[in-house]
Amino acid sequence: MSSKGLFGKGLSGRGLFRAAAGTVATLALSASLSVSAFAKDVVGLPTDKAMGWQPAGSALKRQTEIFYNWGLFPLIVAICLLVGGLLLWIMIRYNRKANPVPAKFSHNTLVEIIWTLVPVLILVVVAIFSLGLLRDYNDMPKPDVVVKATGNQWFWTYDYPELGVTDIESRLREDAKDIKTAKAAGIPYLLEVDNVLVVPVNKVIHVQTTGADVIHSFTVPAFGFKIDAVPGRLNNTWFKAEKIGTYYGQCSELCGKDHAYMPIEVKVVSDADFDAFIIKNGGKTRAMIASEAAASAAAAEEAAASAAEAASASATAETASAAATSATTSASAAPASGAAAAH
Amino acid sequence: MSSTAVTHERDTHADSHAHDAHEHKPGFFARWVFTTNHKDIGTLYLIFAIIFGLVGGAFSGLIRWELAQPGLQVFLQGSLLDQMGLFNLSNPDHAKHAFNSVVTAHAVIMIFFMVMPATMGGFANWFVPIMIGSPDMAFPRLNNISFWLLVAAAVLLVTSIFTPSGPGGEHGFAGGWTMYPPMSTHTGSPGPAMDLVILALHIAGASSILGSINFITTIFNMRAPGMTLHRMPLFAWAILVTAFMLLLSLPVLAGGITMLLTDRNFGTSFFDPSGGGDPIMFQHLFWFFGHPEVYILILPGFGIVSHIVSTFSRKPIFGYLAMAYAMLAIGFVGFIVWAHHMFTVGMSFDLRAYFTLATMVIAVPTGVKVFSWIATMWGGSLWFTVPMQWAIGFIFLFTVGGVTGVVLSNAAVDYSLQDTYYVVAHFHYVLSLGAVFSIFAGFYYWFEKMFGVKYNKWLGGAHFWIMFIGVNLVFFPQHFLGLQGMPRRYVDYPEGFAYWNMVSSIGYAITAIGVVVFLIMCLEAAIVRRKGEANPWGEGATTLEWTLSSPPPYHQFSELPVIKEEEDTHH
Repeated sequence: MSSKGLFGKGLSGRGLFRAAAGTVATLALSASLSVSAFAKDVVGLPTDKAMGWQPAGSALKRQTEIFYNWGLFPLIVAICLLVGGLLLWIMIRYNRKANPVPAKFSHNTLVEIIWTLVPVLILVVVAIFSLGLLRDYNDMPKPDVVVKATGNQWFWTYDYPELGVTDIESRLREDAKDIKTAKAAGIPYLLEVDNVLVVPVNKVIHVQTTGADVIHSFTVPAFGFKIDAVPGRLNNTWFKAEKIGTYYGQCSELCGKDHAYMPIEVKVVSDADFDAFIIKNGGKTRAMIASEAAASAAAAEEAAASAAEAASASATAETASAAATSATTSASAAPASGAAAAH
Repeated sequence: MSSTAVTHERDTHADSHAHDAHEHKPGFFARWVFTTNHKDIGTLYLIFAIIFGLVGGAFSGLIRWELAQPGLQVFLQGSLLDQMGLFNLSNPDHAKHAFNSVVTAHAVIMIFFMVMPATMGGFANWFVPIMIGSPDMAFPRLNNISFWLLVAAAVLLVTSIFTPSGPGGEHGFAGGWTMYPPMSTHTGSPGPAMDLVILALHIAGASSILGSINFITTIFNMRAPGMTLHRMPLFAWAILVTAFMLLLSLPVLAGGITMLLTDRNFGTSFFDPSGGGDPIMFQHLFWFFGHPEVYILILPGFGIVSHIVSTFSRKPIFGYLAMAYAMLAIGFVGFIVWAHHMFTVGMSFDLRAYFTLATMVIAVPTGVKVFSWIATMWGGSLWFTVPMQWAIGFIFLFTVGGVTGVVLSNAAVDYSLQDTYYVVAHFHYVLSLGAVFSIFAGFYYWFEKMFGVKYNKWLGGAHFWIMFIGVNLVFFPQHFLGLQGMPRRYVDYPEGFAYWNMVSSIGYAITAIGVVVFLIMCLEAAIVRRKGEANPWGEGATTLEWTLSSPPPYHQFSELPVIKEEEDTHH
């Protein structure tokens, strides 16, 4: 995604939102922290009878909620009240009994200019905040962990490509398919999966998505991201979970008969727990990879120092440049979307 | 329309007297099958729309019935629905597929076979020629084929519901009205049901294109002397803009679904990445049609409401020119905002920013319209007839649906709301409570004119209030479900969404009662046959249809009316 685009310069609502976030927690209408009936620490879950958002689990979602709760929501309520109020007033003041003789005017240039320009000004203000927030979503910080979610009919497959953990199939648990058995097991109906997606807390997680068969959509409401899993594309988004716990989401693009039965369960854990999870699944932790890289770099340096022939050095350079060319070719063959790269 | 007056005298012109006595109407079959009369064709369209409105409404009833509680109750083997034998619910897979196919059919029927036939087919055929002072449409035979093509399309669509689609022989296409590949290619729907949907849309599209050509030609060439474009009633303006939108957008849909057809049947790979295609390309083509389509659904409603508000305020429409050009602006901008339906597919930042901004722009002309309706009523002498109640209801509910559109236009907020019930609530407020309310408003406004009999005011009022309460109860709680994250097109949901879903389903039951009252109202009027007046609405009703008898003569305006500017309304 190009970060120096048409609207790219000098637009960031991040500071504004941070300032607002400091003073304001939630709107009265939004759901209070979901009361968990379940054994584990569930943070991201729909709450029955709630009228607002799920509690935010990431800074981006909190900004979204503040933008909505303190910007858009009061604005749209005000517009509805204005229109509704005017209609009520008109019905009382200008009904046939109250006003038997109608006025005949049909123009008022000043009023017409006002009700054209005022909405424009309001929308400009909305757009400034909106594009700032969009930029915050778009400018992905350097990742600590990359996870790849592949949508299948009807389950998700998770990979940690850089950590060597692949093909974790995540399906709706059998006992979560029935309201009674779910209750007995103390798990949320239609949400609990067999293999959860595990990510470390307070780390930048890049989520890559693709579809294996039809289009699916990967989302966790508490983290405020939603990204389609499209066959032939690799889409990117990111989040940073702020609190250890379990967060649920559900496939959000119609994908066939079991569209409602392929939930997403994300377990946010401490760094140590995350490393343990990676090792248990046959992968290598970031620390292990870093130390191995350092060791191999040192070995390479040693080898380079001992090798005196210029011919062998130029041969290496040639190989490297050939590899670089083929990488460029495959990148340019990708579908022409800013977020996509072919796979 | 505000600045015009009709100068001919009803008594002096030949229509009402000469024709009433020896007007030649063909026999039943020739009249209703081979008809080239714009009023008869309009009536056929309205009957068609009512029938399919009931079918589509029944389908939404199945949806709300299933979603009343968590767990599967209706789309289940052995359920009451299974015993009716309409859908194949023989195993859980088939049952869940059937739910998705009902959701799909509900949308296609309501859009292509209910709202469009009612507005573009029914009211526009009936009243555009009369309002512009023309004896009929420019191409009366084309008009006839437009209607019967739509019937053919409907037969194909209904057939598709009972045709194998899924790999296990499940019936009906179940990929949503948006038909995104690969759900709509062999990967997702190998059976012939999807091919029938494609053919149905092709034929429905051909019907609409022919109709649009007819309206454009009629409006540009057959206006009565003195009926300049800037004196033309706003309903005719709305239909003119809508016809252009149909003409420009439907060929894009036709192209997209033709590629889908060849992908499915002839081995092309327009939308198949393994052959170098791209499924997102279809979404661009679809929404390049699909977004103008939603304005196609609502613009005629704008026109209808303008007439009603002006008539029952006994005041000329406020800002007539701004109203006409706002519709033009909405029509134009409606073509360049399509990808706001696709914020989550992985577009570049610039594209998402552009589509956010462009979408917001639509709020401006829409606001002009809402405020102008209010200003039309301001200072007026309001008469709360049944159509006026529907029109005022429309203005408020359309505003509610419009402002949530502004929320959704923000790409960053859309990440949380895309494909949730917030979107469902939004578009049902503008369509189910917007377009449909305007259709009912128009139906009551012109009922006496079209059918020559009066409706029962009490029944009409009861219909309005029951439906007003019902549909709000259906759709308002869906905003809450969307904010909590409930995805669309779900046959079942976690218990955290139970409460508002139940409220929504109760709302449906109330709405259904309202529809029954509507049918009773029609039946009562047909049985009692209170004789209609030429103009029941008094001096506020200024357009040409009110100068004719009710119902109008079989052929009107043998002698063309002459339209002159009215001095006193100019300031």
